[in-house]
Amino acid sequence: MSTLVVAEHNNAELASATFSAVAAANAISGDTDILVAGSGCAAVAEAAAKIPGVGKVLVADAPEYEHDIAENVAPLLVKLAANYSHVVAAASTFGKNVMPRAAALLDVQQISDIIGVESDDTFVRPIYAGNAIATVQSTDSVKLVTVRTTAFEPVAAEGGSAATEAVDGTGDAGLSTFKGAEVTESERPELTTAKVVISGGRGMKAGENFAMLESVADKLGAAVGASRAAVDAGYVTNDFQVGQTGKVVAPDLYIAVGISGAIQHLAGMKDSKIIACINNDEEAPIFQVADYGLVADLFDAVPALDKELG
Amino acid sequence: MKVLVPIKRVIDANIKVRVKADNSGVETQNVKMAMNPFCEIAVEAAVRMKEAGTAEEVIVVSVGPSTSQETLRTGLAMGADRAILVETDEQLEPLSVAKVLKAIVEKEGPGLVILGKQAIDGDNNQTGQMLAALLGWSQGTFVSKIEGSGDSLTVTREVDAGLASVEIKTPAVLTVDLRLNEPRYASLPNIMKAKKKPLDTMTAGDLGVDMTPRVKVVKVSEPPAREAGIKVADVAELVDKLRNEAKVIS
Repeated sequence: MSTLVVAEHNNAELASATFSAVAAANAISGDTDILVAGSGCAAVAEAAAKIPGVGKVLVADAPEYEHDIAENVAPLLVKLAANYSHVVAAASTFGKNVMPRAAALLDVQQISDIIGVESDDTFVRPIYAGNAIATVQSTDSVKLVTVRTTAFEPVAAEGGSAATEAVDGTGDAGLSTFKGAEVTESERPELTTAKVVISGGRGMKAGENFAMLESVADKLGAAVGASRAAVDAGYVTNDFQVGQTGKVVAPDLYIAVGISGAIQHLAGMKDSKIIACINNDEEAPIFQVADYGLVADLFDAVPALDKELG
Repeated sequence: MKVLVPIKRVIDANIKVRVKADNSGVETQNVKMAMNPFCEIAVEAAVRMKEAGTAEEVIVVSVGPSTSQETLRTGLAMGADRAILVETDEQLEPLSVAKVLKAIVEKEGPGLVILGKQAIDGDNNQTGQMLAALLGWSQGTFVSKIEGSGDSLTVTREVDAGLASVEIKTPAVLTVDLRLNEPRYASLPNIMKAKKKPLDTMTAGDLGVDMTPRVKVVKVSEPPAREAGIKVADVAELVDKLRNEAKVIS
């Protein structure tokens, strides 16, 4: 029994999600290899080889893997899956895009977004926006699994020295071509791994008011997030969205500002260790999950918070 | 060009689901059901293509129990031309649903299949990608913008880092994200008209698809509940609690 983890990266460095995916893989079989598929991705392969406990790192360095095109990556996973009992990736937009395509080609029913490993074929996963928790058993001969990264403590990045092994590319499927990306650049920590997250909702009223949250975030070393309502209203871009269908976060501290707390938003943050909220509507459902709730106008309270933090 | 839109009947997004006492699943008896919200966005996208003249016919298809007819009628009321129900009482899994949809695609020959990116019951986010794989078609997932028509489309995808733009060859499978459009409400006259639109019913067996589940649901349980917290009087108390009680800020 052995597990192949599909690394997520930008051809220069490993995404933090990969370290959590490796943790999940270690919980499944304890015999973990990593696949780095990319183009000019030698540095990523080197980084993957340093993760303690990894058996080997397979490197598929070919132009068709440069941009994570699922139509190109899935055939590679199909080819390699023959040697493994499990194939694991993070339940990020990368994993969600490519893994089901590979699963269907393998005639396997993928298990999405696991938060626990009961045994090599039985996994725990949230359903209905986390309002129910299902324990499911796969009957497929090879298991394809995506992992909710907040549920698995990332493994260490240094200390190992796994061998790397080149594997051939599977060619360009000729179906899709990457044209460009609009990436939000930020000096703040990544939303999904930050220790503190401060998020704004519809109550923020305008995009420029997020500057108030950014100022607090910089004092706390926090990432800034948002509810769906704030993204739909155009206050911030989609990569800020926390919720059932956006990003799932579980920081030590989550501060919800002007967020009512719809179940779809709670699904993305209710596993945070401590939740604080600031909302002028004391009936808002967010108060039912908050450890510390402040009923106040956020336009008074956030500047006061900023000042209080010095 | 025909556009096929697979849609799913789910528990209404505004209902708080309850786990059954025997831990076999969630309570669906006497619970308000509705079209999966992402499927509404998919129907809207297809209907707009028809209105813009880039699609000739919009077909909605659902796989599920006979009550899914209501969901299909909603799709027809939004502007789809006809509907297909593939009836089954089996537990629905993305792979078997994708196999059914492949059979429908082979019968109907659409140039585009548009689905929601995920259903809010199982939260799997798999069916569109699986269908694209089984057909050997390109896939545009988590799409918030669709441009062009004909042999290729340019789609904007919502990804973790922001947005990605991909040119995909048609025929293709698209899965739609929240920001693609705002679905219309069906008007009363259109709801009446929808009752007269064609709705064909068949079974998964008719299409030669084995729906036997691959995944066994061992149990479904309640998530751990959060203990109710306290209300603080002001910002100073909030900071004090976070710093000295919860110890999550320094």
